[in-house]
Amino acid sequence: MPKATFSELRLEGVTRAFAKSVALSDLSLTVKNGEFVALLGPSGCGKSTALNCLAGLLPLSAGTISLDDRRVDTLAPERRGFGMVFQNYALFPHLSVRRNVAFGLQMHKTPKAEIARRVDAALNLVQLSAHGNKHPSQLSGGQQQRVAIARAVVMEPQVVLMDEPLSNLDAKLRHEMRGEMQRLHRELGLTTVYVTHDQEEALSLADRLVVLHDGRVQQIGKPEEVYLRPVNTFVADFMGYRNLLAMTADGEGAGGDLHVSGLGMSLTARHPIAGDARGAVTVAIRPDDLVVGEVEGNRIDVLVQSVEYLGKDFELEVQTEQGARLFLRTSEHLSIGQRVTIGVRPDRVMVYS
Amino acid sequence: MTTQVLAAGQRPRKRTVKSPFGWIVWAAVIFFFINLFAVVAAVVVNSFGTQWFDTWLPSGWTLNYYATAWQSYQLSNILVVTVQVALTVVVVSLVIGAPAAYVLARRNFPGKKLLMLCFLLPIMVPPITYGIPLATLLYQLHLGGTLAGVLIANIVPAIPFVILVLTPFIEQIDPNIESAARMCGARTWQVLLRILMPLIIPGLLAAALLVLVQTVALFEMTFLVSGPGSQTLVVALYYAVFASGIRPAQAISAMAVIYMLTTLVVLVIALRYVSPTQMVAQVREPSEH
Amino acid sequence: MTAAVSKGARPSLRHRLADRGFDRILLLVLPALTFMLVLFFYPAVYGGVLSFQPLGGKGGPFGDYAKFFGDPYMRESIWNTFRIALPAALFNVLAAIPIAVRMRGRVRGKRTMNTLLVVPISLGTVLVSEGLLTYLGPRGWLNRTLMGLGIIHQPIQLVHNMWGVIISLIITGFPFAFLLTLSYISGINPKMEEAASTLGAGPWKRFRYVTLPLLAPGLAITFCLTFVLAFAVFPSAVLLGNPAGDSHVLAVAAANAAFQQYDYPMASAISVITAVFELLVVALVLALRSRLYSGSTAGGKG
Ligand SMILES: Nc1ncnc2c1ncn2[C@@H]1O[C@H](COP(=O)(O)OP(=O)(O)OP(=O)(O)O)[C@@H](O)[C@H]1O
Ligand SMILES: [Mg+2]
Repeated sequence: MPKATFSELRLEGVTRAFAKSVALSDLSLTVKNGEFVALLGPSGCGKSTALNCLAGLLPLSAGTISLDDRRVDTLAPERRGFGMVFQNYALFPHLSVRRNVAFGLQMHKTPKAEIARRVDAALNLVQLSAHGNKHPSQLSGGQQQRVAIARAVVMEPQVVLMDEPLSNLDAKLRHEMRGEMQRLHRELGLTTVYVTHDQEEALSLADRLVVLHDGRVQQIGKPEEVYLRPVNTFVADFMGYRNLLAMTADGEGAGGDLHVSGLGMSLTARHPIAGDARGAVTVAIRPDDLVVGEVEGNRIDVLVQSVEYLGKDFELEVQTEQGARLFLRTSEHLSIGQRVTIGVRPDRVMVYS
Repeated sequence: MTTQVLAAGQRPRKRTVKSPFGWIVWAAVIFFFINLFAVVAAVVVNSFGTQWFDTWLPSGWTLNYYATAWQSYQLSNILVVTVQVALTVVVVSLVIGAPAAYVLARRNFPGKKLLMLCFLLPIMVPPITYGIPLATLLYQLHLGGTLAGVLIANIVPAIPFVILVLTPFIEQIDPNIESAARMCGARTWQVLLRILMPLIIPGLLAAALLVLVQTVALFEMTFLVSGPGSQTLVVALYYAVFASGIRPAQAISAMAVIYMLTTLVVLVIALRYVSPTQMVAQVREPSEH
Repeated sequence: MTAAVSKGARPSLRHRLADRGFDRILLLVLPALTFMLVLFFYPAVYGGVLSFQPLGGKGGPFGDYAKFFGDPYMRESIWNTFRIALPAALFNVLAAIPIAVRMRGRVRGKRTMNTLLVVPISLGTVLVSEGLLTYLGPRGWLNRTLMGLGIIHQPIQLVHNMWGVIISLIITGFPFAFLLTLSYISGINPKMEEAASTLGAGPWKRFRYVTLPLLAPGLAITFCLTFVLAFAVFPSAVLLGNPAGDSHVLAVAAANAAFQQYDYPMASAISVITAVFELLVVALVLALRSRLYSGSTAGGKG
């Protein structure tokens, strides 16, 4: 197989419908060579569908996929030259680790000596050199995961697709493997499309995030953009803006600030997403953006309802005088029944119409 | 696998009989086995007896009737035919049935239920009902009475059998493993040959052995199609019993013992790889899947 | 760009088909399907057509059917078949239930017992008939034992009548029914019965209200398959029964028509009649079954 390089992987209007339901609609995305893109969204939003369409394991209902000017969506999966890491690893149970990794090279009729060399290198990369002769069933979950990665990257594929590769691991191992992934991507520079429902994983690994909901793209952007400025309430909710409040906007004030009120609160929002909104709006605030004490004129008087100790800090549920519930995270030790004043920086108040 | 190992390692206490209900059940089972044993023993004892009339046991013992049976029924020929038929049927039905089982396990398409029914119907109707027209056709094609005819007739019920055994077996293999092979660049035939085949070898083995046992014992199809040179052991035995009186009863029994031994050899081999319940339970859900 | 468009249009049909499950892989089913069509369905249809073409065209297309139903001796073969197959199948299934219930889980000697039970299934009816001829005969061990015990004074006639046939069907059919029932009952999670017992249900109530309803669909299948075996009874009817009298079953009638009278249309007509009656019973049982609960018997998580 000639080693083709490309500068852009382009998805245009990629749509996939099952019998009745549309699992993925109109996904358009351009991935640059060497980029790490994460598809993020809750269960059932169409992430795997998108990845399988990209891999060629599912035919498209509409749209095109191309590498630069070459269309690949009409090619069979084995002709696309993509590598894939499956959620449940899908290792070949009857082959040893080495032969699992070598399988793809054998399929491409690579000379024996080169196979041996590249398999060694790949196993070295995932730190499994000592386990080459074991069978998958003799490995731990994390090791199996790494075999799956080695099997995909040994081909030096043009694009690596990963479907929730860490979701079957326990929390500690997941964290460790996240570091591994970062290292691998840095060392190999492979273009990667990575599916996950874990926002932390996506934020820490990806160059760019694609947030999906119900088969539709909600937002595409750099991790900090998506994290700090979600474009709609869905993305906000998914990115951990637990306080979603129905309030009223009074129109634009001085210097582009928007004033919102309701539920016994009155807040100023800077650079609101909704622009010059009036009337009913949804206000989104992350629990850790709420702080004890007034901030730049934003103050809310609340009564502490419950306190949950999270180790590093506390998560509090508080109530305004008019009964609206808010969540906040703080390291200050407050007790139930206490009255406090809390606030939030105007630029951390998101407003959606 | 691991659970089995655990279960064997822990050796939980096995139940023994206590309640009256248990006693009745065991009595019934033992009664059944006594009769079964007696049926088999009657054949064996008769085959070794010189003369057996109105007594518990024959008046004398001899091996002569085995020689008589072997020669007068030409058992060596019949055994050769039986082995030929059984092995060919196993190979052909696997080669034809396994790909179909793969499709039924992996694909959903309109008409799949109908297709499934096509493969189940031969098991659900008495063999004689389609055997007679099939035999008529084979005779018209001048295949009646030939080994080829016997082979064809025996493959018909064997294919559904293979499909029924293999389909659930393939279903329980993660389809992602095949996808993974494709992503590694394997073509369809490479996926089937290098990944799927090795994984379903236990299933293929089970199917092969079950077909083997079935074919050795299957009477109707061979009976309807075979001629003098193409009889299998069961059919030859049937004719011997049917025409009893021509030859001494002990010779018939001797032939029955030889048939029994053949079957038991196949059975013992089969039981090394498949459980007794598997031998009947492949047809558990004829209306589904 | 036009090239790209036309290239895109063709696969989209293929994709649409693939989407519904029609792709090249489906071709793998063709050898088996062809084989079945040529060697099962074509003969079946051929036989069906042949059955409407009586030898010499006597009595029009339905001549052979009229002849069959008009002749009391022939008509009787339907009754004979049912009289043998139904009791045998019912007995086998009903006897299998308590024994399977008893043998579920780990029971001493179970594996040996199951292994022994496969023996009569694999031996087949021809051999069992041969053995029963000796064992059940007037001077056989059974009559000897019964007379020795003083239970009977005359040998009872168990061969060359339908009793012999029924007994042979039990010897081969009961193990079959038992092993099948056992595999169904082993699929029922014992936790459900345990749950019922914590609610105060005794053994009988647990069986009646928990196990039996869950087992019923499996029993229906077991009955069907046992019945199919019994309905097809042929070698033992000839060897062990009275094939001219009370064991003149449909299969015997069909074989006689074909191989003694060489009347293939008549044989085909009898085959059609056999298949229709048998499938009627199977359809009836399966229809009843579909009204039963037929979901998972595993009962939630392991
Ligand atoms: N083969 C199929 N037939 C019908 N519907 C399907 C099929 N596969 C997926 N779907 C539907 O498509 C939608 C998207 O599924 P998909 O597997 O892409 O979700 P996902 O985002 O990967 O979820 P998860 O995080 O749980 O893996 C779901 O609503 C699912 O029910
Ligand atoms: Mg998924």
